[in-house]
Amino acid sequence: MGLITRKKDASRQLIQQPGDPAADENLLGGNVILTKLQEVVNWSRKYSFFLYPFVTACCGMEFMSVAGPKYDLDRFGAALPRFSPRQADLLMVVGTISHKQAPILVKVYNQMTEPKWVFAFGVCAVSGGFYDNYATVQGIDTLVPVDVYVPGCPPRPEWSLTDCSSCSRKSPRNVGPIGQEARHR
Amino acid sequence: MNTSVTLKKLVERFPGSIIETHSHRGDDTAVVKKEDIAAICAFLRDDEALRYNFMMDLTAVDYLGREPRFEVVYHLYSLQHNQRVRIKAGVSESDCTIDSIVSVWICADWFEREVFDMYGITFKGHPELRRILLYEGFEGHPLRKDYPLKKRQPLIGPIN
Repeated sequence: MGLITRKKDASRQLIQQPGDPAADENLLGGNVILTKLQEVVNWSRKYSFFLYPFVTACCGMEFMSVAGPKYDLDRFGAALPRFSPRQADLLMVVGTISHKQAPILVKVYNQMTEPKWVFAFGVCAVSGGFYDNYATVQGIDTLVPVDVYVPGCPPRPEWSLTDCSSCSRKSPRNVGPIGQEARHR
Repeated sequence: MNTSVTLKKLVERFPGSIIETHSHRGDDTAVVKKEDIAAICAFLRDDEALRYNFMMDLTAVDYLGREPRFEVVYHLYSLQHNQRVRIKAGVSESDCTIDSIVSVWICADWFEREVFDMYGITFKGHPELRRILLYEGFEGHPLRKDYPLKKRQPLIGPIN
């Protein structure tokens, strides 16, 4: 009986405000969710990052803490580090990148398939940090496009988790239709 | 073994090459002419009373504004006599070369390459003198005191 009443209300709303998507959903009594295929795909991607840990320096210890059981990156679906860039979609650049390391980082980035995101973990990856010298790349964004910057020396695990979830919030925006996914930059 | 034996023997054997010696609390140092560095090293290694068979360190110092500008420093150790000595050889900027001692101690190979990399001092007779820590295409020698602090090197491309 209650269901019928809701339907009646919903149909009245639909007549009053034609074209309102919320009214469309009300019409179906909350039994059906309307969405686009792309949104479903993006929603599923949001919490299933396969990360590639590009760990070069002491930030790695903090990254291990983030990935370990105490702070548990698994809660955000990023449980399984992939040690082949071809299977990964989130490049975690953890630590100082020297000029000699730069071509390797670019190669790894290029090996990853779209859609992909880059996470600069720690000040050295963000800006070179206090290594303002001849040997260190002054921020990995001079090499590859960066989606999330997490400063800190090293960053607190909480910051990384917050930013990892911001990365997942960010992900649907950056992904185009299936089959013709384009880099946002 | 008396601490001054090494320096005494050096001065006896190479009277014209030893510019200065000092010994402080068993810390022996000899400043020598760079032309005789290989002969001095071979003598220190081979002399029965000295036997400096372990070259512990080879590095350089840039005294900008002084002549000679650079100083190549050798730290030697005798395992047999538990004795150390430091040899310094001045290298001027105009003739920025010194003889290689790889023929005396093979382990000097990478040390000399590092000094070449960081200071631009050429080691004559080195089997393969090229950069060791930095990459081919790096401009300048970063541990020279006149290397600009804010100088940025061009990024190198992907290795294919």
